[in-house]
Amino acid sequence: MSATTAGGVASLDVPMVLAEQVTKSFGSHEVLKGITLEVKRGEVMCLVGPSGSGKSTFLRCINHLEVLSAGRLSVDGELIGYRESNGKLYEMAPKEAAKQRRDIGMVFQRFNLFPHMTALQNVMEAPLRVKGLPKAKVESTARDLLARVGLADRADYYPAHLSGGQQQRVAIARALAMEPKLMLFDEPTSALDPELVGEVLDVMKGLAKEGMTMIVVTHEMGFAREVADSLVFMDAGVVVESGLPSEVLANPRHARTQAFLSKVL
Amino acid sequence: MSTTNVNGAAAGSTPPLREAASTSEPIKAIRLRHPWRVVFAVLLVAIFAFFVIDAAFRPAYDWPAVGKYLFDRRISMAALVTIELTVFSMVIAIILGVILAVMRLSPNPVVKSVAWFYLWIFRGTPVYVQLTIWGLISLIYTSIDIGLPFMTPWISFSTNAALNTFTLAVIGLALNEAAYMAEIVRAGLLSVDKGQEEASVALGMSWSQTMTRVILPQSMRVIIPPTGNEVISMLKTTSLVTAVPFSLELFTRSRDISAETFNPIPLLIVASIWYLFFTSILMVGQYFLEKRFSRGVGDRQTDKDDPTPSTGAITGVVPIVGAGQATVIVPPKTDAPDTTGDGGAR
Repeated sequence: MSATTAGGVASLDVPMVLAEQVTKSFGSHEVLKGITLEVKRGEVMCLVGPSGSGKSTFLRCINHLEVLSAGRLSVDGELIGYRESNGKLYEMAPKEAAKQRRDIGMVFQRFNLFPHMTALQNVMEAPLRVKGLPKAKVESTARDLLARVGLADRADYYPAHLSGGQQQRVAIARALAMEPKLMLFDEPTSALDPELVGEVLDVMKGLAKEGMTMIVVTHEMGFAREVADSLVFMDAGVVVESGLPSEVLANPRHARTQAFLSKVL
Repeated sequence: MSTTNVNGAAAGSTPPLREAASTSEPIKAIRLRHPWRVVFAVLLVAIFAFFVIDAAFRPAYDWPAVGKYLFDRRISMAALVTIELTVFSMVIAIILGVILAVMRLSPNPVVKSVAWFYLWIFRGTPVYVQLTIWGLISLIYTSIDIGLPFMTPWISFSTNAALNTFTLAVIGLALNEAAYMAEIVRAGLLSVDKGQEEASVALGMSWSQTMTRVILPQSMRVIIPPTGNEVISMLKTTSLVTAVPFSLELFTRSRDISAETFNPIPLLIVASIWYLFFTSILMVGQYFLEKRFSRGVGDRQTDKDDPTPSTGAITGVVPIVGAGQATVIVPPKTDAPDTTGDGGAR
């Protein structure tokens, strides 16, 4: 978990994400059974595990799309979804929660681009409406972002006219437009044709190189080995094993990890 | 390189797929005949022509009277009133319908129940009965008071003076229609993928921004067609406001005129012609609205604007940042994506 490779920014001791005993239940079904982990500034963490292990739910807890049942979760030292004063927790108003989410970018498995807007409009929407920045500035930033994900010439296309890989890259640009300090990727390549996976992973690699803090739920073990600073293996709502990707992938200690990796590698 | 193709460099590695497919022989076969189709078509045309010719010479239709009253000032004024009734009540119904739909989707059970109760009352009773009750409202509530309950009101005026029959007709039509609009809007809101809401919430957008910028524009595609039907239906339902009683709209006005002339048939035809004229305009308007709100969804112009076979299918090679590979896709038009199809709508 905390085994980051690089020294990172030593001066900033506050971890980007700190989860303590995070628990989440849907009715009587407990999906997360006390997740404790830490993501440092600039760290790329890959969450892997079989479907239903709770890794997507955990990711959604981080930007408060799901409300925790128990435990604490903070991003950049700030408690998510609650205000704390005099030892008491107060539920946040939607406005405050929205403010927290601005700094956390999220990329979804099914892209979730706004189909009635062009690629450029998709990227411009949040900076325009949420931050209220001037249109000319937002547009030039948006065009830069689209160029960064290799889609400068697709700015005026509607999502329906883009391939899956292109849509996902627009979605990444859209999340980056809010200048987040943390990016969450929820199986970003699972809905893509195999030949389109590479282009999305390349964009993500570029982001990682630039020092973006990222949590990536993925089944791409090659990406995890190459890019991630840490790898967390989850199963049935608990963290089974974590550490350097090279170590976990090469020498899994737990039988459950071994069984999973033998199937996906 | 081993091929003898002269411009092999230009053609590159593109295999001539299309040309290969087009070399096969077209099928030459005797077409299957459908004699009964012809028989039925001829029969239908004959019956239709018989009725038209018969109607043209039947004295009861009194076509000269139809021509005389079609642009009668009283009739065209009544047509205008019908339009006013339709527009006012539809606008109120749509606003109220959106509110009711959002209320029905509210997490607050009281709010939800109130909306349900409204729908139960207004969909469960005939609109003619409702309009009659609205006409008698001044018997139930003799005065309209503004103030605190059980105290002397600040302002008070008599219901009869405050609400004329036109207003009552609009209220009656609008409140009834709102119940149906609520269901249409609700279906539209529910038709939008849950991921859309999540994506906009994750971007930090507020509930109202999510609603107005993301959910409602997309639900329009589902809401517009049935709403168009409702407008057309409303135009015709205005003929019931005689129950209020309000008598200046198209149908009641033509009935009143025929009561003087003792010649009802031509005036009914006049009213029908006006109704048909308006519904036809509405249908055209609905077509363009539907087109406007289906932007980015299901328009398959890409296929139509396919490059010609000679240029090959591979025209757009997109360079990827830091990638050793390239994606190959067929764009709608390589040079000017803005000019594809309904450019005006964008």
